[in-house]
Amino acid sequence: MTKYWKSIDSKIGQDKDKVQEKKITWTNRRNFLKLFGFGLASTFVLSRCENAAHKAIPYLIKPEEITPSMANYYASSFFDGDKYNSILVKVLDGRPIKIEGNNLSSISQGATNSITQSSILSLYDDTRYRKPKVNGEDSDWGTIDIEIIDQLKKIKEENGKIAIISHSNISPSTKKIIADFKKQYPTTEHIIYDPISISGLLDANKESFGKRLIPNYKFEKAQVIVGINADFLGTWLSPVEYTKQYVQNRKVSEDKKTMSRHIQIESGMSLTGSNADKRIIINPSEEQNLIANLYNYIANSLGKKEISASKCAIDVSKLGEELLKNKNKSLVVCGTNNKKSQLLVNSINQLLENYGKTISLNNALLTKQGNDKDMIDFMSNLKSYKGIVFFDCNPVYDYPNSEKLTTSIKNTDLTISLSTIPDETSELVKYVCPANNYLESWNDFNPKEGTYSLAQPCIQEIFDTRQEQVSLLKWSGIKNDYLEYIKENWKSEIYPKTNRVFDFGDFWTKSLQDGVVEIDVKSSEPKFKNNLSSIKLDDNKKSDLELQIYESVNIGSGKYANNPWLQELPDPVSKVTWDNYAAISVAFAKDKNLETGDVIKINNTIEIPVLVQPGQAKNTISIALGYGRTVVGKSGKDIGTDVYQLIETKEFRQYSLGKISFEKTLNTHELATTQSHDSMEGRDIVRETTIDKYKENTESGNERHKEIEKHHQSLYKEFKYEGHHWAMAVDLNACTGCNTCVAACSIENNVPIVGKEEVLRAHEMHWMRIDRYYAGDPENPEVVRQPVMCQHCDSAPCENVCPVGATNHSSEGINQMAYNRCIGTRYCNNNCPYKVRRFNWFDYNKSDALKGNLYDPHGMTLDLPRMVLNPDVTVRAKGVIEKCSFCIQRIQEKKLKAKLENRALQDGEIKPACQQTCPANAIVFGDLNDKNSEVSKLYEQKRRYHLLEELHTLPSIGYLTKVRNKS
Amino acid sequence: MSEISTREPLIEGNKSLKDITDDVFNPIIAKPGKLWFLGLMIAGSAALIGIIAIVLTIWKGIGLWGVNKTIGWGWSITNFVWWVGIGHAGTFISAILLLFRQKWRTSINRSAEAMTIFAVICAGLFPLIHMGRFLLGFFIFPYPNTRDVWVNFNSPLLWDVFAISTYFLVSLVFWYVGLIPDLGTIRDRMKTKFKKKIYKFLSFGWTGSAKHWQRFEVVSFTLAGLAAPLVLSVHTIVSFDFATSVIPGWHTTIFPPYFVSGAIFSGFAMVLTLLIIARKTMNLQDYITVNHIELMNKIIILTGSIVGVAYMTELFMAWYSGVEYELFAFINRATGPYWWAYWIMMTCNVISPQLFWFKKLRRSIGFTFFMSIVINIGMWFERFVIIVTSLHRDYLPSSWEMYKPTLVEVAIFVGTLGIFFTCFLLFVRFFPVIAMAEVKTTIKNK
Repeated sequence: MTKYWKSIDSKIGQDKDKVQEKKITWTNRRNFLKLFGFGLASTFVLSRCENAAHKAIPYLIKPEEITPSMANYYASSFFDGDKYNSILVKVLDGRPIKIEGNNLSSISQGATNSITQSSILSLYDDTRYRKPKVNGEDSDWGTIDIEIIDQLKKIKEENGKIAIISHSNISPSTKKIIADFKKQYPTTEHIIYDPISISGLLDANKESFGKRLIPNYKFEKAQVIVGINADFLGTWLSPVEYTKQYVQNRKVSEDKKTMSRHIQIESGMSLTGSNADKRIIINPSEEQNLIANLYNYIANSLGKKEISASKCAIDVSKLGEELLKNKNKSLVVCGTNNKKSQLLVNSINQLLENYGKTISLNNALLTKQGNDKDMIDFMSNLKSYKGIVFFDCNPVYDYPNSEKLTTSIKNTDLTISLSTIPDETSELVKYVCPANNYLESWNDFNPKEGTYSLAQPCIQEIFDTRQEQVSLLKWSGIKNDYLEYIKENWKSEIYPKTNRVFDFGDFWTKSLQDGVVEIDVKSSEPKFKNNLSSIKLDDNKKSDLELQIYESVNIGSGKYANNPWLQELPDPVSKVTWDNYAAISVAFAKDKNLETGDVIKINNTIEIPVLVQPGQAKNTISIALGYGRTVVGKSGKDIGTDVYQLIETKEFRQYSLGKISFEKTLNTHELATTQSHDSMEGRDIVRETTIDKYKENTESGNERHKEIEKHHQSLYKEFKYEGHHWAMAVDLNACTGCNTCVAACSIENNVPIVGKEEVLRAHEMHWMRIDRYYAGDPENPEVVRQPVMCQHCDSAPCENVCPVGATNHSSEGINQMAYNRCIGTRYCNNNCPYKVRRFNWFDYNKSDALKGNLYDPHGMTLDLPRMVLNPDVTVRAKGVIEKCSFCIQRIQEKKLKAKLENRALQDGEIKPACQQTCPANAIVFGDLNDKNSEVSKLYEQKRRYHLLEELHTLPSIGYLTKVRNKS
Repeated sequence: MSEISTREPLIEGNKSLKDITDDVFNPIIAKPGKLWFLGLMIAGSAALIGIIAIVLTIWKGIGLWGVNKTIGWGWSITNFVWWVGIGHAGTFISAILLLFRQKWRTSINRSAEAMTIFAVICAGLFPLIHMGRFLLGFFIFPYPNTRDVWVNFNSPLLWDVFAISTYFLVSLVFWYVGLIPDLGTIRDRMKTKFKKKIYKFLSFGWTGSAKHWQRFEVVSFTLAGLAAPLVLSVHTIVSFDFATSVIPGWHTTIFPPYFVSGAIFSGFAMVLTLLIIARKTMNLQDYITVNHIELMNKIIILTGSIVGVAYMTELFMAWYSGVEYELFAFINRATGPYWWAYWIMMTCNVISPQLFWFKKLRRSIGFTFFMSIVINIGMWFERFVIIVTSLHRDYLPSSWEMYKPTLVEVAIFVGTLGIFFTCFLLFVRFFPVIAMAEVKTTIKNK
């Protein structure tokens, strides 16, 4: 088309354009295509250099209950053959990531312990068996089943004996399956043993009541509690349940000014002992005699017949007097695996008329059933067994004198292990039929008479594993799958016992949803038929040096030794991580010129570092079980020393040795503790009072609080918290120091594991810690504990020193960290009087911009363990400070939920991880602006004070003074 | 000048103006001696070790250091404060003494200023590398950004950023302005074409005209006026890092004057260390005379005594305040696990400088050299004591910990010494060590 030009200027302009157009002629069609082609090709080629695309397939039809990034909670049960816990499993985007307590259970009442909390990591344990194995070689289920069934049949034809070895089994359906297996293979024996045996207690109860079970203790009903070597708040039988009960009568308030009195008689300083109002220190050899003397004193006072016992060195009259004064309101428990001691204790409780009041034989606890005699018989007739099935147990490690078993396993025709991870036993057997983790399994439990609970899979089997019960069903030739089996069993056994309000389908659904079913089983208390007249006390002589072997609160029997969360959790008493040790008394250390870290040799067999432990009986050594595993993943291997092999097997397994020899070696071994100073230095850190003083004046012990409040003033205008003002109350009288909160906090908030070397360098990362101080006589000190997390000061010293404003205060009173703003000057940490801030010394979780500098000694960044990370909490990069956030993600979640439902947030709806799991109900979180909230009410208590409140940091954590029941 | 003439001459050897120029110029064109190369080699290697350690720290993380959950600052901040302190003498000599018309400073101000700059470079390194996220260190500058985040002006660390950078810039400019006439002289004398070109560029076309001199004087005095308050403010602000915190042993109002006098104290000691070596190796005995050394020793007695009084005041206040934490912090310093550090500090800083009351010792070059080292050790320990012993046992005994530096931390410190001496050795080789122009004003023209 002709272009008309308007003026001469525009004509010239057009010509110029033409000239320019000519200059860039290279942009013709051909060149364009060339460039286009090249560009396309290079884009394509270069884009191939990117990481391979991961498959992310969206749901075609969204399952009703699954919303991406919204968590679901499934009720389930934890039982590791030792302790039971009813739980809720938090499942997010298909991954179980956290365990919480189930409020509906009357046993654990919404709480857990640290082992239950940490057990979720075992699901993602990288060392788990991934496939069945035959003689150490990978195999498949088809082949292995055929071979095993063939061999079982052969043994059956030859009339050879088969043994199923397991820990206590409280699953009704599993019991039935074993019975079915026995029907198929009648020569089968089921042998139950517990690594930490209470056979003596069970046998004593059998003799006293005709029932071999653990009575139902009711610590909340007792005014005087006497614990004899029974760590019932830490490890003994059902510590979560007992803690829940115990604190009920330990908590005091303006309305309830009474509390129980707790006397602990023990050799080593246990968690329970450190909470006692009075602690009597004895040698293990003196224990039975002391109980006998106590019995005699009480019997004498009540005009009953005494038994013959030599006078004991400790005066029991005061103790006896106290118990007598609290007849039918007292409770004596003993944790020693000795029938005679337990019989004496039963008789004492009987004389004190405690049965039916503080102890009941109804609703008995069933979690431990092992009979020492069975295992002793098995061990002495090993040769007669042609087949041995290890049902999720590891006797080569956790049973004494196991060399015999080791050789016998090698010589037995058929040996099967149903273990989830490689252990000392499974490494020796011919067939490894790896079981599922409990979070991948169906199961049912009967932890207490009348209490049933279910476990349901929260994730599909990660590996080619199969749960134990299915294996047994298969080998017994039963086609049913285990879920159907449980259902049928429940229909026929459990459902009829209920009041049948629902039909079975609804009953099942409700049971599955609740996780627990509790059925009233009322029967009269059985008759007491103890006869002590013929009792002949053990001939125990006090020796120069005695050994006590105990269960560690964190590691337990050693099953979870490969769990770095548990290994890094400080011992509640000594604060040692990643090790066990020989606890010796201060006086003994002085006598023998030993200090913490010196390695000693005991009985010429084991070498172990000593730890000077205030409160240890003088000529005794206490060592924890569960360490020194040899076949285990990296986190447990060669950590500590195994003492199972020191246990003596007489009629009962004895966890104390009357006479041991020791020698000092020239070696030393560093113990990684998280607290290096034990004294409060006379500072006003934990405030305490006695119950008598408290009755007179509820402010006693806390007089300074008022004084300091008077000085409350500021140059600045006080900030007014509109809306919420979050705060927390910590009852120091309730807190037992069990560590569960620390574990829960670390798991919830993706706190990295740093390993022993780093703990030694004071680089541990726990957001929460439980400070423990000793006071008084170092031979028998008083112990106080204090959970310390970020105090969320309203006038926070950390906030104003951060040059980049990475830490600041929310309008709801929370001290916040903006991780991606933090440049890591650590000034905030220096200026924090509570030292609760933690710095990322290294790249712990592969989140650093620089490569090749990962610091992950325990493989927590491997693909599998990484699955446990909580996606709602950022993992922190190298070089930033982190700290307690009051579980801000939980606050946010519940706030949004309330908003969506168009309602006000309820008090108690938000529970930080520490509060949720606390068995002692010591932690309460809430809104101070809500005058009716629980936390506001606790703030009203005269016992409330703030840590270092004289600094005027105005913390949002209120502590309630500790009250002791002593005169 | 009349009062000068009645005194002993400031420089000795009856120098003519040409002699002065020759004496200062000759080392620049002469081939450096073996000793210089040896020194450069040692200092350079040390610097290299330090740089390796720094790179390692940035790559692997602060976990390579001995600092921990309780003691967040260890050697790094100790060294930072120590180096900043050392820098102070240079500014004090050139700015405050200039304003007070102390002519004797002319022989030493050039090298003292150079020392300031190198010391501040070394000092500035530490706050940078002690950050966990070095690569994001720029967050500390208040630059406009789309995320609407701003720095926290309440934080003493931010004040530090401004104080140190201002100080560095002013010192650098002041030093350089002072150099211009001398660089002009060197340019004129330089025979090699290439070198002449460089000095020509560096001297900014200095002609020595009256107008130039007049402007030079004005700028010098203006900069001196700017620099003088910085002498007081920089270390005051550094002391705020501690004084504004809540940690017992840090939270003290006496810190600003105490830190400033401590800084001048240690700075003069470092000037003495350097100049005693320089005058010997570079034959500057006539310029840096025993009189100069004695005058500096007098300042050391003064500032050392102020520091001593400050220590005593701190102790008194710890007791008088009645605050248990404060009292404990000081008892712990003197008798706790780090007692040795405290007593090294006391001996080196309070007791030993008092020996300078004896004129003989004051005028003894050997003794002064020894003392200058002792004082620098003492002042390093002062910072170590303040930082580490206050932090390691603060409020809650449950968190009490010990601190031990790692090899990496030691290497970084050695590295900064290396950087410092490398810079100083290069300086004495390529720049006029004595401010020729200024020295010339103090002698009568013959």
